Amino acid sequence: MSTTSRTEERVHEDRLARERLVRSDGDRRPTPKRSTPLVHKLGGILPTIVLLIAVVYFLLPMVWVLFAATKSTGELFSTSAFSFGSSLVDNMVALFEYENGSFSRWLGNSFIYSIGGALLSTAVSAAAGYALALYQFPGKKAVMVGLLAGVLLPTITLAIPQYMLFAQLNITNTYWAVLIPISITPFGIYLSYVFARGSVPQELLEAARVDGSNEGRTFVSIGLPLLFPGLVTVFLLQFIGAWNNFLLPYIMQSKSELSPITVAMFLMLNRGGSEPVLYSVAIAGALVAVIPVVIFVLVLQRFGRLDLISGSLK
Amino acid sequence: MTTPTIEKSRARGGASAGTGGDRKGNDMTTAPSTKRVSLTRPHHLFAWVLIAPAIVLFVFVFIIPIIYSGGLSLMGTAAGSSAYGVREEVFVGLGNYAKVLQDPTFWTSLGNLVVYAAFLVPIMMLTSMLLALLLDLPRIGLRAFNRMAIFLPYGVPSVIAALMWGFLYVPEISPIYQLGEAFGLQFPTLLRGDLVMTAIINVVLWGGIGFNTIILYTSLQSLPKEQIDAARIDGCNEPRIAWYIKLPHIVPATILTGLFSVIGALQVYSEPQMLSSLTPAISSTYFPLMRVYRDAFAHDDLNSASAASIILALATVLLSLLVLGGQRLAARRNA
Repeated sequence: MSTTSRTEERVHEDRLARERLVRSDGDRRPTPKRSTPLVHKLGGILPTIVLLIAVVYFLLPMVWVLFAATKSTGELFSTSAFSFGSSLVDNMVALFEYENGSFSRWLGNSFIYSIGGALLSTAVSAAAGYALALYQFPGKKAVMVGLLAGVLLPTITLAIPQYMLFAQLNITNTYWAVLIPISITPFGIYLSYVFARGSVPQELLEAARVDGSNEGRTFVSIGLPLLFPGLVTVFLLQFIGAWNNFLLPYIMQSKSELSPITVAMFLMLNRGGSEPVLYSVAIAGALVAVIPVVIFVLVLQRFGRLDLISGSLK
Repeated sequence: MTTPTIEKSRARGGASAGTGGDRKGNDMTTAPSTKRVSLTRPHHLFAWVLIAPAIVLFVFVFIIPIIYSGGLSLMGTAAGSSAYGVREEVFVGLGNYAKVLQDPTFWTSLGNLVVYAAFLVPIMMLTSMLLALLLDLPRIGLRAFNRMAIFLPYGVPSVIAALMWGFLYVPEISPIYQLGEAFGLQFPTLLRGDLVMTAIINVVLWGGIGFNTIILYTSLQSLPKEQIDAARIDGCNEPRIAWYIKLPHIVPATILTGLFSVIGALQVYSEPQMLSSLTPAISSTYFPLMRVYRDAFAHDDLNSASAASIILALATVLLSLLVLGGQRLAARRNA
């Protein structure tokens, strides 16, 4: 056993050395097929230009909203798009005084739905993903097929059937009407399952069992810490998804005091059709509504394990 | 009181002993025989405890509503037999489905949906692939900034994206039209007539490309560096590397993100709904889901709204299965 592994090791070392040789060789020797310096340079510039055009397109609405939020409705229609107006403070005051100061309430509601929904769905996903990845139990295959096939469900379309059931049970017009549906996401379970399979070794569970730790304690003190990076990703994805949700709260809540920011902004713009003064308020609202998620997106890009989704988890 | 702490430290030791297999082995041999039994003891119960919330919620949030609205879709209201003519629920079989399928607005909305998805999904996926491959090239300037800027719209709620673009479509306000004017160009107004479809597709593309690009880019990061270096040493240029090595590598991730794009496209709702408050060119039945909403809430016809949601949900699932099946078939043929 030890001799074979030693020879294997030697073979591996040999290969490494050979590779090093080839690589340094290749660096020194100018290959005949190598492109000319001009093409070489263009190879870096042209893609950068294409990317910058894309960047301008993606940033345009955000940059525009920064300028537009400083303008009164009159200035909006009369001044150049990228110039500052004089009404930033007025717009913000009008925004937070709109409908007796409801805007801060809508912001708060968005946080309740996003944080509450993301916490619930991350917890549900973590538990289910861990169980599916690390336990063998009768009926596992059926559960797996059922839950994972749920990834294909058109969840937005199902909001209307959900409304009909919830209306029957008298839970529409409560926070739960939105929190319950978003607390179960087959995709979150799938991500947790993939992550658990890759990051919690089965042997660890067995070792803990031998040491007399019960299953619950093993899950909390060994499983969860190892799952943490994956769960952060699931949480951030769910937070952003819940913050951006529109149809579900739109149909579940008929009282505006339960509306999140997305629904409130829709109703505000809808009224703007007859009261154009509201346009500048709506633009200020758009700016404020975007700030929290933009921060979350930056955090997600920095700390999220997006390789989970691309299926390239090692 | 001391036992739990000892156990805890042992459990921790186990956790950190990923490489120290020896210590684990020692523990196993010194452990009392009763503990060895626990290795073979089934842990079904705990697995079920962990999975129970997911199953309960899944049944409550997906299965029961589907069954319930399936039931509703088979019912209808008719003038009751009582003297006062109170309307009552009666079983109408597939009557609501027939009603939906015979309604021309249903077919118009479905036609709009097909056109929308047929343009949206290919443009979204091809652009995302191109951007991901560009981001992955060596010698790209401002790589981190570009990546961030492309990903940022993912965080913008679709309703807000539609609001911002809605204003950017208004010639008197928009910097795009102002710029065109400066060069003597007059761009068409997108919020009028058939061009409104372009306006909707643009909002969704703006919000969706970033996420797909980052997923594909992440997938590219997992490509072994040695493989690309070897190709470079052999004199392979960057476009060829992208075409022959990188592109095949991101096919699985492209299919997954493409599948989500299809599912998302068939459920389009918030963007057109938001834009419809800025233009009369988007009717209340422009897309199927908008039509379902109108039936359920403006017309108070839950029965036919149920029938239409079920048709739409079934069609989405069938289409996803087709995409997955096609991918399996292609994979088998390649293998």
